[in-house]
Amino acid sequence: MDDIKYTPSQHSVLKYDANKDYGTPKSDSDVMVTLNIDGVDVTVPEGTSIMHAAQLGGVTVPKLCATDSLEAFGSCRLCLVEIEGRRGYPASCTTPVASGIKVKTQTPKLADVRRGVMELYISDHPLDCLTCAANGDCELQDMAGAVGLREVRYGYEGENHLGQAKDESNPYFTFDASKCIVCSRCVRACEETQGTFALTIQGRGFDSKVSAGNQDFLDSECVSCGACVQACPTATLMEKTVIAAGTPEHSVTTTCAYCGVGCSFDAEMKGEEVVRMTPTKEGGANHGHSCVKGRFAWGYATHADRITTPMIRKSIHDPWQKVGWDEAINYAASEIQRIQAQYGKDAVGGITSSRCTNEEVYVTQKLIRAVFGSNNVDTCARVCHSPTGYGLKQTLGESAGTQTFDSVMKSDVIFVMGANPTDGHPVFGSLMKRRLREGAKLIVADPRAIDLVENSPHIRADYHLNLRPGTNVALISALAHVVVTEGLVKEDFVKERCEWDSFVAWRDFVAKPENSPEALAKDLGLDPQKVREAARLFATGGNAAIYYGLGVTEHSQGSTTVMGIANLAMATGNIGREGVGVNPLRGQNNVQGSCDMGSMPHEFPGYRHVSDDETRALFEAAWGVPLSADPGLRIPNMLDLAAEGSFKAVYCVGEDIAQSDPDTQHVTHALENMECVIVQDLFLNETAKFAHVFFPGASFLEKNGTFTNAERRISPVRKVMTPKNGLREDGKHEAGLEDWEITAKFSEALGYPMHYNHASDIMDEIAALTPTFKGVSFKKLDELGSIQWPCNDEAPTGTPTMHVEEFVRGKGKFFVTQYVPTTERVNGKFPLILTTGRILSQYNVGAQTRRTENVVWHTEDKIEIHPHDAEDRGILEGDWVGISSRAGQTVLRAKITERVQPGVVYTTFHHPESGANVITTDNSDWATNCPEYKVTAVQVTKVNQLSEWQKDYRTFSDTQIELSGMDPQTVVS
Amino acid sequence: MEVDKLIKMANQIGDFFEANPDVEDAKLEIASHLKKFWNSVMIKSLVAHVQQQQGAGLHPKVLAAIQQHIQA
Repeated sequence: MDDIKYTPSQHSVLKYDANKDYGTPKSDSDVMVTLNIDGVDVTVPEGTSIMHAAQLGGVTVPKLCATDSLEAFGSCRLCLVEIEGRRGYPASCTTPVASGIKVKTQTPKLADVRRGVMELYISDHPLDCLTCAANGDCELQDMAGAVGLREVRYGYEGENHLGQAKDESNPYFTFDASKCIVCSRCVRACEETQGTFALTIQGRGFDSKVSAGNQDFLDSECVSCGACVQACPTATLMEKTVIAAGTPEHSVTTTCAYCGVGCSFDAEMKGEEVVRMTPTKEGGANHGHSCVKGRFAWGYATHADRITTPMIRKSIHDPWQKVGWDEAINYAASEIQRIQAQYGKDAVGGITSSRCTNEEVYVTQKLIRAVFGSNNVDTCARVCHSPTGYGLKQTLGESAGTQTFDSVMKSDVIFVMGANPTDGHPVFGSLMKRRLREGAKLIVADPRAIDLVENSPHIRADYHLNLRPGTNVALISALAHVVVTEGLVKEDFVKERCEWDSFVAWRDFVAKPENSPEALAKDLGLDPQKVREAARLFATGGNAAIYYGLGVTEHSQGSTTVMGIANLAMATGNIGREGVGVNPLRGQNNVQGSCDMGSMPHEFPGYRHVSDDETRALFEAAWGVPLSADPGLRIPNMLDLAAEGSFKAVYCVGEDIAQSDPDTQHVTHALENMECVIVQDLFLNETAKFAHVFFPGASFLEKNGTFTNAERRISPVRKVMTPKNGLREDGKHEAGLEDWEITAKFSEALGYPMHYNHASDIMDEIAALTPTFKGVSFKKLDELGSIQWPCNDEAPTGTPTMHVEEFVRGKGKFFVTQYVPTTERVNGKFPLILTTGRILSQYNVGAQTRRTENVVWHTEDKIEIHPHDAEDRGILEGDWVGISSRAGQTVLRAKITERVQPGVVYTTFHHPESGANVITTDNSDWATNCPEYKVTAVQVTKVNQLSEWQKDYRTFSDTQIELSGMDPQTVVS
Repeated sequence: MEVDKLIKMANQIGDFFEANPDVEDAKLEIASHLKKFWNSVMIKSLVAHVQQQQGAGLHPKVLAAIQQHIQA
């Protein structure tokens, strides 16, 4: 018989099949071991279990408690084997391979033992297989068949676990304890995969049962990530959609449309209906894990609030007129032409969203540059990660994160600054928690005690630097001061890889006494000793990686902090290999991609400036029109000019500026001033209430394209159902359109046809014009699953880690980062600082998640107040609290918590009527105009009614919903 | 565009490059930042302010940068 060899690097010899369950995780050892299983020699890495080795050799050992996403447990006794020369029947899941052993997985004795074990299981299991939701998808059923169980001799009269009440509290899955075999897979998934430890086995022996801490799932610590549901081998934990619809019949791999982690999912379908979303095991970003949003919160895609018909109107006070595609598109085109003729070509522009695919963003910016004739295109990254684009381009040479997510598993020190991975990037948060449980050290810089600080089981931040909001640059300077003055700089690295002169200027700057932790202690509100210790840990603790989010970027010095972070990484030599790096955690799924695709007003795709003659000539030749060398308007510039009356029309694709941009009243005033606002979206979002043209968009399930996540990973989005935007009120159908098709038709109506037949044609054009995307195609994405750019001749399968040999800009450049306090300061009138953040169950403006069952976890935005501040103001838990700033006032319910420090209040912004952005101001980052969402001076007082803005909003919003022909009582707000 | 807003934004840029010990380089960087990231309408408004109001309210280095590298 042929020998079978498997090594991690020799997939061609014996291919790893991700569709199989190998029972236990892969071993990464380089040492190979050969053993004989059922007469076949198998060569596998040391540390592999016999069960895993057998599966590689083509032999399936029966199992119940084992699955390859979890460590071996050895409780079900079904996977027993015989090993020549050894006594007894060891469990193949917990027994590692050894050189030369001879294993038998099938003998008469083993068959007897396995049947006996199964008989015991089945004697306490309901025999309702035919009507069971797991019928056809049940490992217990499969094993009963595999071991040849033919009778159960014990009867059902004795004590058993049947007939227990189901826990249906979770909106997405049920827990049916009667069907539980206590294999602990759910408990282990909650611990190992998710890191929440919400589940446990309660009781001993016969009384053992899975418990969410003696309460129902909804009230427990469970975060509804679904890892337990996926791990369950029976119908005990089961998706409600599967219970309702039955098992899916086909599956399409696609990419989640929520956060910047960009998880890969299998959309499991029945015809054109999604039955469930299952995270893809080989997904490069998520490796089979998910969060509550990606796995469960996709119901918005078929929500009754979806607008499926194009609409037009002359004035925002008129009722919407429902029309066909041609009429809407021609009307929009004629308005753009009229406005440009009357006010000049620069009076119009467009805004793309990080919720768009790369292909949609690309055609939109092409439309604006080539057809509108200006560079007035911007994207919502303006209000989140534009400082990342600027800061990393300046220092390292490329506007992107430097690592893969998996890199964190090689980090020794993890520095999280202004990010909340367990809420904002949950699947990556779980991976980070796994590494922290393995012993990596943790530094958290955040004004608020995020869950990682001390609210995650078996994890505790070594240092929580709870700085005052707005002092990030001071903190970075103080940390750098310690690194420089205590001789912790990796000079070899700096000498070889960086511009020495820039380093010297930076070194001399941070070494100044005024940048010491002691000198900055008052600004920071931090014990200088703690800052010193954190700096030493970062510089000397081994591989140190920085993860940051909007708590870094959304400040008046956002770009400065990003550069300061890059300085720190370079000075300590923490860049250019696995385990280290500068890692911006992008908010939305396609923040990276929308920036890559040229949706910033000063850059063509691939971050090339519009004034660069060579690049412009390239695009002029490809697009056949002259292009402007003048940087276009940014979103806040467009709004300012609209408010003043010279900017008149905007094409807004997938972005909701009326809710998400700061200083709401300024934004809505600007929108009211425009003569043509065109919104392309799934729902009548807040901006659409000020619109004159509505193009109904297609959900991520209804189109083809790609998203690029925070690790530069381009992943395919695949169409699994017909776009619903072809459905007309009279019951008739027009052709449903993918969003890029709408933009292309709009372009054609403006006299510039775009000749694409499929989203892949757009990617081909991107690849032809963008050096970092040169090797990307849909075909290659089909082959590889996903690709991290740069992907070109030098790196045909992509680039996991950047700046390995040298920085993209050649030598890394240090920048002097002077701390400049924000002008948004507390005073007698506004004595508190408001900062904002997000929560696990909701996503950004909430347009998607508010239209799912996720609302059970977060029905309203609340204002978090420290007990001292609350007591001073006579505020009790749940009281209505008025929050006023120099921009406006809103009212939210109080949540009193020590998570926030005294002097700081905090809220989320997932509900439009909360008006979080009524309070935020027009302050912005010096380099990019990214709004300073994270620092607003406010006062809070106890009130007994909603604010004037909220009352006006409700009236206006209800009127607008009625004008669209919907009922304000039924539309989700 | 409302010139007060432009002055505020320009001064923030000035504040960042103020830390650059090389004064001439700082002025070049300021001018280059404006040219690279600001739309010409905004730059024109600021230049007009420099011409008509002697750049009242502008960070001295921003004013100098505009005079030396943008107006010229």
